[in-house]
Amino acid sequence: MDVLSQFVEYSVIGIASGGIYILAALGFVVVYKASNVFNFALGEMMMMGAYFFFGVVVQLHFGTLVGLPIALIGSAVLAMLIERFLLRPMLGRPVIVLVMITFGLGSILRGLAAIVWTSDVLTIPDFLPRQPLFIGSILVPGKLAWGFIVAMVISLSFIAYYRFSRAGIALRATSSDLTTAEGLGIDARRAFAQTWAISGALSATAGLILASINGLTPQLGGVVIDIIAVVFLGGISSVGGVVIAGLFIGWLETILGAYLGANWQSFLPFLVVLLVMMFRPRGLFGEKRIERI
Amino acid sequence: MTNAVQTGRPTLLRTKRQGSLAAAAGWVVVAVLVIAFPALHNVYFLYLATLVAINVIGATGLNLTVGYAGILSIGHSAFMGVGAYVGALMMLYLGTPLLLNIVVGALAAFLVGLVFAIPALRIKGVFLAVATLAAQFMLYFIFRQWGAVTGGDRGLTLPVTNIFGLGDVGFYYFTVLVAALLCLFCRNLFRTRVGRAFIAVRERDYAATVLGIDVVRTKLLAFGLGAAYAGVAGVLNSMYLRVVNPEQFTLTVSIFFLAAIIVGGRASILGSILGAAFMTLMPEALRLLLDAGGAATGRDLIAVTSPLRELVFGVMIVAFLMFEPRGLMGFYERLRGRAEVLGAEAEVH
Repeated sequence: MDVLSQFVEYSVIGIASGGIYILAALGFVVVYKASNVFNFALGEMMMMGAYFFFGVVVQLHFGTLVGLPIALIGSAVLAMLIERFLLRPMLGRPVIVLVMITFGLGSILRGLAAIVWTSDVLTIPDFLPRQPLFIGSILVPGKLAWGFIVAMVISLSFIAYYRFSRAGIALRATSSDLTTAEGLGIDARRAFAQTWAISGALSATAGLILASINGLTPQLGGVVIDIIAVVFLGGISSVGGVVIAGLFIGWLETILGAYLGANWQSFLPFLVVLLVMMFRPRGLFGEKRIERI
Repeated sequence: MTNAVQTGRPTLLRTKRQGSLAAAAGWVVVAVLVIAFPALHNVYFLYLATLVAINVIGATGLNLTVGYAGILSIGHSAFMGVGAYVGALMMLYLGTPLLLNIVVGALAAFLVGLVFAIPALRIKGVFLAVATLAAQFMLYFIFRQWGAVTGGDRGLTLPVTNIFGLGDVGFYYFTVLVAALLCLFCRNLFRTRVGRAFIAVRERDYAATVLGIDVVRTKLLAFGLGAAYAGVAGVLNSMYLRVVNPEQFTLTVSIFFLAAIIVGGRASILGSILGAAFMTLMPEALRLLLDAGGAATGRDLIAVTSPLRELVFGVMIVAFLMFEPRGLMGFYERLRGRAEVLGAEAEVH
């Protein structure tokens, strides 16, 4: 009984941490769907969002309520600048070029952050309640629980926006067929800029939640690896699949970390990904748009 | 004009012969410099030169996979690790000679590479890249976790390898020789049917199939060969540093090799050499520069050394991709007055 309740507790914590993955993975998927860019710098975009917040609130002494919107807007603007000046000139170039640009960008952002804010672990001001949440007899740490709730609300409202709003439909049209979408009067450049802005804001939110739980360092972006596992498990083109895959990977990692040790955390998710690549490359819920030999 | 008439040969042939003569002279100069290099009697330079030679082998292998065959691999350093551990274990437990260790290490890396290339049978593009990313993490995990064999996080410590009884100088010569032979092999490979098939598959796999090329086998071979090169580099690296541990084979190292072939030039052997040399020496140069700057201004610049290195590393990758996609090879070709080289910006699937 005690073993079981412990397992349930770990499971709840794991699923809760999956919420952050969902948020960031959505930021990954929208960009991929729109422009086929595989954004390895997403983790660093998360990190920059958290540093913007730290800079505004701690270093410039503004309140949390000012800091949050500024951090999100700053990240969105940063993402748009990245799209406009680094990736748009690269459109249509080989995959390796696009991938390496984002690796290079990640390295640049990491270096800049460490120069400006040092490599020390910073504590960002609380914007989530510390009050732990009880589900029955299970205790969930407050930040994690509220982080999950925030992440889920934002994720689901983003999915609704993407599916039903006029702008969301324009974005999806651009993703599925650029030429036809342009023919129908959709401004593809604006759509690209929009997807990056959305991705920037989503990843900044994920970065803020993650930093408030784990602390903030330039290495925060390393989490992008888990996010890639989530994205590929769910199917890179599937927004809905990402939600389920995010919860699953979050759960799997916490369970593995708790029972087998931290080393297993980065191993088994990728074993899952490798198996998915071998047997069902479009992911569990992806569209059938995979390139095969 | 009059010259051409006098000798009775078309001018084109003459310039071509002169060109190859100049190239040969260039290679002789390079060879003499490389052979004479240890005469500097500088331990630090010798260390860097050996490191460059090892990285040249690794970069050439990755260029074979990524540049020539068009398969994006983000797990190159893991295959280096396979070679390094296999070589080290053979040396420790069997006491086998270095050459045999290198051959077996390369073979092991080749086979492990094939296992992870199995997804390549079905998928391509960025999906295959993620499968190689999986290889990176899984092998790294095995290096760390399988403590009984790999020594876990502490790794393995190896005895000195003394080649030709010359110590570090001997190792330098040996590494350079291996690197030169492997580069030569790679160059000649792309004059054969097998090597040409790599390029054909990269350019248009459907067309390659029509030409009777077995695309799957070609891709597997390209991936395995790249891994085998990495294995050789891994064995040499472990023998030289006399230590193997998981931290030598992280994702960062794989990205380092990708950066080396971007900076050097894709689908070019000279590019791999230039890129590996540049990327190995750049952080050292930066450190020296910062040391000098710190001494001059009296400020401690050690703290910014590693962030700055990361920043410059990223700027290098981005700048080359944006402004000189053919890498240092592009500079070199322009210096020689050749405008464009076909296929340098070929599509990577």
